[in-house]
Amino acid sequence: MKTLVGVTLALVPMAGWAASTEYQDIERGRYIGVLGDCAACHTANDDQPFAGGVPLETPFGTLIAPNITPDPATGLGRWSYEEFKAAMTEGVGKGGYHLYPAMPYPSYTLMHEKDIRDLWSFLQTVTPVENAIEANQLPFPFSIRSVMMGWNWLNFDERTFEPDPEQSDEINRGAYLVESLGHCGTCHTPRNFMGGEGSDKFAGATVEGWYAPNITPNAHVGIGSWSDDELVEYLQTGGNRYGFASGPMADEVHHSSQHWTEDDLYAVARYLLSGAGLDSSDWDREPPEPLPEDNPQVAAGSHIYFDRCSGCHTPNGGGEYGIFPQLASNPLVNGDNTTSLIRVVLAGSRPVATDAKPTAPAMPSFAWNLNDEEVASVLTFVRNSWGNAAPAVSAGEVADLREEMRGN
Amino acid sequence: MATKLPPTDAVVVGLGWAGAIIANQLVDAGLKVVGVERGPWRDTARDFNIASVTDELRYAQRQELMLRTAQNTITLRNNPTQTALPMRQWGSFHPGNGTGGAGNHWAGITFRFQPEEFRLKSHLEERYGADSIPDELSLQDWGTDWEEMEPHYDAFEKIAGTSGRAGQLASGRQEGGNPFEGVRSSDYPTPPLKQPYSPTLFAETAREMGYQPFPVPSSLVSEAYTNPLGVTMGPCTFCGFCTNYGCANYSKASAITTVLPALIRKENFEARTHCEVLKVTTDSDGRRATGIVYVDSAGRRWEQPAEIVVIAAFTFENVRLMLTSNIGEAYDPATRRGTTGRNYAYQTANNVQLFFDDKNFNPYIGAGAVGMGIDEFNNDNFDHAGLGFFGGGSTRVTPIGATPINARPTPPGTPRWGSNWKRATVDNYASTMTIGCEASNYSSPNNYLSLDPTYRDRLGRPLLRITFDFTENDLRMAQYVTEKTAEIARRMNPRQIVANPRTGPWDGRPYQSSHVVGGFVMGADPSNSSVNKHLQVWGVPNLFVVGASAFPQNPGYNPTGTVGALAFKAADGIVNHYLRNPGEMIST
Repeated sequence: MKTLVGVTLALVPMAGWAASTEYQDIERGRYIGVLGDCAACHTANDDQPFAGGVPLETPFGTLIAPNITPDPATGLGRWSYEEFKAAMTEGVGKGGYHLYPAMPYPSYTLMHEKDIRDLWSFLQTVTPVENAIEANQLPFPFSIRSVMMGWNWLNFDERTFEPDPEQSDEINRGAYLVESLGHCGTCHTPRNFMGGEGSDKFAGATVEGWYAPNITPNAHVGIGSWSDDELVEYLQTGGNRYGFASGPMADEVHHSSQHWTEDDLYAVARYLLSGAGLDSSDWDREPPEPLPEDNPQVAAGSHIYFDRCSGCHTPNGGGEYGIFPQLASNPLVNGDNTTSLIRVVLAGSRPVATDAKPTAPAMPSFAWNLNDEEVASVLTFVRNSWGNAAPAVSAGEVADLREEMRGN
Repeated sequence: MATKLPPTDAVVVGLGWAGAIIANQLVDAGLKVVGVERGPWRDTARDFNIASVTDELRYAQRQELMLRTAQNTITLRNNPTQTALPMRQWGSFHPGNGTGGAGNHWAGITFRFQPEEFRLKSHLEERYGADSIPDELSLQDWGTDWEEMEPHYDAFEKIAGTSGRAGQLASGRQEGGNPFEGVRSSDYPTPPLKQPYSPTLFAETAREMGYQPFPVPSSLVSEAYTNPLGVTMGPCTFCGFCTNYGCANYSKASAITTVLPALIRKENFEARTHCEVLKVTTDSDGRRATGIVYVDSAGRRWEQPAEIVVIAAFTFENVRLMLTSNIGEAYDPATRRGTTGRNYAYQTANNVQLFFDDKNFNPYIGAGAVGMGIDEFNNDNFDHAGLGFFGGGSTRVTPIGATPINARPTPPGTPRWGSNWKRATVDNYASTMTIGCEASNYSSPNNYLSLDPTYRDRLGRPLLRITFDFTENDLRMAQYVTEKTAEIARRMNPRQIVANPRTGPWDGRPYQSSHVVGGFVMGADPSNSSVNKHLQVWGVPNLFVVGASAFPQNPGYNPTGTVGALAFKAADGIVNHYLRNPGEMIST
């Protein structure tokens, strides 16, 4: 409490706005920070919240999230509120340099002014930590920040959130959370060649070696077959009967969505499941026909499945609720992109543990006892059984990912 | 010299079943708890991966989950005239190590002791006469009773997801359950496991003979189960790599599959692994425990002061810590004075093998605790008048999974190696089954635990010495229950049966059972017990010693259900009585 008052008093005059910050504004700002999942990138060490340091692998190189504690030398201690707001909404840092859009200002630009202000109030109460970080680890020419001027011209519009009067307050709240603070599209929308969010909104994309799945209302490859309760369960507890949050989504649940209010989670679920904000032609597609049982890969894969997988996932793909994901009729296995599927078979996976679901049951690694063809076959079998239907997985795809992961 | 650490509310030594349960209960009561564990942190995902856990050489032969004897072992002898020698490879029993303790590699059989057990001495004297108990036995009551124990059994089963069929509920006798069990406040959390062929055949025969078979209660869950701590288990797949192995399927209950995933998330709890406790420290007059001293993996010594000290290691280390810390008076068999080390007891394991020509039991299908049993010849469920012994055993068929190195059943007379041995293995592997009889072991003044005068561990501390042999009582009982078991076997009409009653002297080399009990027993009288019914040490009210070390003798049942119940009982005593009024809890 001492730190909180001291820092606030010290910085208020410097920040250039005199309104006193009240407990509820700071608390609200803390929750805004949770909604925006600032900690995912800006907290590398739980003992030093917001002191930065989390590396983010991008197709262009590595960026390291900066220190956003109020430390004057290495954090935001000398920033004004207006400078902070410009970073959040325009992607421009103190002194006019350009941020890289790994900082999701293309989403945060939609934030309500009140939310930005409360977040700022909260950040000033955080314990200052001296931790100098050079965010920009990119190779030339991406290391030249001014290239972002052109990028912004092509990929970024500064704007504010406009509720849709046709939709309920809840759907509009969901839209605000998804599009702005939650910045779901940052991972789930495919990026164009420049790294901007492309046109197939929420259609799924590869992030840090994981596939962030399709979250459109498509029932076959998206989340259209999930109930709102199931989607909330996933975001709140880290898992539902279809799977457990792993990879970058595990961090999201850990730092962010498990702490959201239930009202906000339902708003998000109902907005995503409604398809509002999407053009239905983007997602309303017919599922393909499953490959036949006598397809050589499906036939070979069925034997591997019964040997290696059915003990946990059960012979009919039904899984066991709460511990072993159901594979039958599971959109996560039908996706066009098989990165995550191959990855969990090869490397295994440890999902997020939450207070609600502390078990975090792991998928073991099969890299050492299934070869590329076997992995491709068993996945092809799973993707074409019990209501699933999707293109075959090739041994080449498995070999490529195996090689890439070995490099890491 | 040990470096003194900041004090904590409670320190719990050992993070197996007992320690994890107590730590969790104390943390939930608001105490700041430090758990200290001799071995590594164990985790299903990392340590018991399905792709690598089915390795018999690694786990069953090379004993990977067990304590390394180079770190700590015990010495053994049959009687005080002998010189004890140290065990350099575990044989008769398998002490565990690391979080989960021996609860990782246990079989999962989860009996509740019967109501009479808790007042065994009184019960036998009432039924058979005041002087009916032979001098060679030192049976005694536990200082508690069924009504006090039942809620804690119930709590443990709900944590473990125990599968089974109730035999006695408040509403009355339940068909298909164990008719001899105490009345339960609730049914098992999960239904019984499906039964393989050999237990099914045994149960059919037993039923024809008028016995009342029931599914062996098992903490291998039969369906996905989420316990009151929110931790989820998956159904047993009968993989056959169970006893001596960690479970890859999250099916076998242990501290690591049921308690620690929730406990480790709690802010008031801290686990320190690879830290071996050297002693309990006390104040100058020994009336109060002040904390513990432990050594970490770098060899540094630390003193952890605590308001409450809970010792919840395996039986052996519980007793050794009390001896090396001078808690209580060491037991002397010559004078029969002293309580620390007194009433060490074991289990009397018997079996009958059945060799068939026309059966295929698919014996690789198995699990440590899947099977059918009868209790007609257990404990005092039959009239012992005129039999010349007390006690009995749990008769049952529990196919644990016939693994390739160990499961080579061949009839007597078969060569031990060579082509005839191989042929006999092929002929008998699938068509052989075993009926076990896990029988009681009643404590005796001559069986006790003490510090070895010669052998020391790597830190210079004396090893624990076991002085043990089977009593005449137990050997007579073994003959009787094995013959009763053989009667059932004969009725099943195999080609050949081989009866193996336990005979003396006790041999520490072949595996028999890890059910080592006693040595720091509970009771109502400080002259013959070390802890009261709250597991609180007589005369040192802030010290609690919990585990099978508290059993005054061992009935014909596996101990873990009772260890779990005693852990809940000790935690209940601390939280609901001791914290309100710190001191001896004799009258509560």
